[in-house]
Amino acid sequence: MVAIDGLVYAYTSQKKISFKDFAIQQGEQWLLLGESGSGKTTLLHLLGGLLRSQHGRIEVNGTDITQLSESGLDRFRGHHFGFVFQKSHLINALSVYDNLRMAPFLAGLKQDVKRITDVLAQLALTENRNSRVKELSQGQAQRVAIARAVLNKPSFILADEPTSALDDKNCGRVIELLLQTSERNKATLIVATHDQRLKSRFSNQIQL
Amino acid sequence: MNLFSLVLNYLKAKPLNTLLNIFLLALGIAVVTVLLLFNNQLQEKISTNSKGIDLVVGAKGSPLQLILCNIFHIDFPTGNIKLSEAEKVVRHRMVKNAIPMALGDSYNGYRIVGTNHMYAELYKAKLASGDWWKNDLEVTVGATVAKLAGLKPGDSFVSAHGLTPDGHDHDERRYLVTGILQQSNTVIDNLILTNIESVWKVHEQSQDSTTVIPLHPSSLVPSVEAGDSTREVTSLLIQYRNPLAVIQLPRFINSNSNMQAASPAFETARLFIILGVGVDVLHGFAYVLIFISGLSIFIALYNSLKERQYDLAIMRSMGASRSKLFISIVMEGSFLTVAGSLFGLTLGHGALWLFTGLVAESQKAGVTAAVFYPAEGFILAGSVVLGVLCSLIPAMQAYRTDIHKVLAGN
Repeated sequence: MVAIDGLVYAYTSQKKISFKDFAIQQGEQWLLLGESGSGKTTLLHLLGGLLRSQHGRIEVNGTDITQLSESGLDRFRGHHFGFVFQKSHLINALSVYDNLRMAPFLAGLKQDVKRITDVLAQLALTENRNSRVKELSQGQAQRVAIARAVLNKPSFILADEPTSALDDKNCGRVIELLLQTSERNKATLIVATHDQRLKSRFSNQIQL
Repeated sequence: MNLFSLVLNYLKAKPLNTLLNIFLLALGIAVVTVLLLFNNQLQEKISTNSKGIDLVVGAKGSPLQLILCNIFHIDFPTGNIKLSEAEKVVRHRMVKNAIPMALGDSYNGYRIVGTNHMYAELYKAKLASGDWWKNDLEVTVGATVAKLAGLKPGDSFVSAHGLTPDGHDHDERRYLVTGILQQSNTVIDNLILTNIESVWKVHEQSQDSTTVIPLHPSSLVPSVEAGDSTREVTSLLIQYRNPLAVIQLPRFINSNSNMQAASPAFETARLFIILGVGVDVLHGFAYVLIFISGLSIFIALYNSLKERQYDLAIMRSMGASRSKLFISIVMEGSFLTVAGSLFGLTLGHGALWLFTGLVAESQKAGVTAAVFYPAEGFILAGSVVLGVLCSLIPAMQAYRTDIHKVLAGN
């Protein structure tokens, strides 16, 4: 479960943004909808511990992450969150398999070969296991990024504009994949976007 | 997956850059290594070869030449001195030991040294086979000479006049090999030892071999009368009786006779100062190479960090701490410098090995590629320091990556 309480983020001393309190239960799928500049990326990064707030509480699975130390927050992030971005941001120097192995390694978890094999199969990437990142199509790369996000079985998958660069057909595919994969791995999905095409797919929405 | 294989993958992703950086450093390290090996061995050789010799007395001329000729056997004699003059020096109370040397002939380019058994004792030479020379025209042969000229006890040979292989042969007299010396890694390995009388005999025109037992035998060559005015030797190797002699004896010889005295310690130090200029230039060149390679590694890391800012941010989002990223960059720099210096050390030894294989003179000088000095450990340790230094600024940048800005900035 994730809940925010009195959360304020100050970009500068003049420019502040405060967020409405909300609570998201385990296993739910939410859409954070807003125009660019509305603060949805900021909110998503605050929730995921990529950015620190000045005021308010962010409670994730019973822990107020605003109170964690720098390295404690790093560890917490590795264990509880999986991130998907607009671009796949894979590590070009590594193969698909090694990209996936980075997730448990950096989070300090066991590198489970069977889990990697399972996730690759879930996302129809079995044949790309040893491919270099540069050999992948854009769609394949995005699927590897999703695989990497769910690999550690995080409680939350946070997706920032995962579809905004895609055409309708691919947009549908990616969002379907995110919904499916998060459900299958029992993760709460939070998608931040300005992409109106996703509205119909989510029953839970927060408008910023 | 671990940090090391991550670092390795990053380096493999840019093979040309990686190879260039390793090779550039290796080149600098190789030059340093060759100089180190060469210089150390040369100094070792010089100190072992001049050990126990405090002063060389010979004909007037260049003191350095006197030392090079009579101790290291690489230069030509300055001339001869009268035996009777030499005896006067031996009588001086500051002289503990004096070894006479008579040079002038060679066999296949290896010098024949007329001397006495004290000379062999000076280098603690031991027999490998056969016996020491006893009678005139008997020789005991150094290990390298025996191996390369193919001599064994019982063989006989004709010496050539002069110290180069193209001198005319003294074919009326033949030397007989009585013994072979063990390898001692000193100059004696390259010498053919005999008594002084043999050298005289080979050069005598008249064949009178009347042996008169002298009434007052010479202190240097007991078979001749003391104060003989016709006999000559090339030099005397002198050992001091006490440290005071350093001040008194050279002055006594240089002012009271027409001979000169040269100190091996002083002359070799002078030689190293002369050679030192060349060595310093090479060292400077090597350090410039090492500096440039350090700079090149720094630039490569610095530039690659710009391309890798998303990688760094993504890694942080997956739970990597700042310090983990810092360490990975430092590891990357250090890997390059350690690989470079290992390659450089190998290259240095390899180059010297090739050199000693191709140039016979270097073998004669006793230079080998198969020795390792503690300083090479320092080179390796220094390369780790260099790696850390080169990667410090890029690693600080990785440490400071603002993940929110990078990930939100697309």
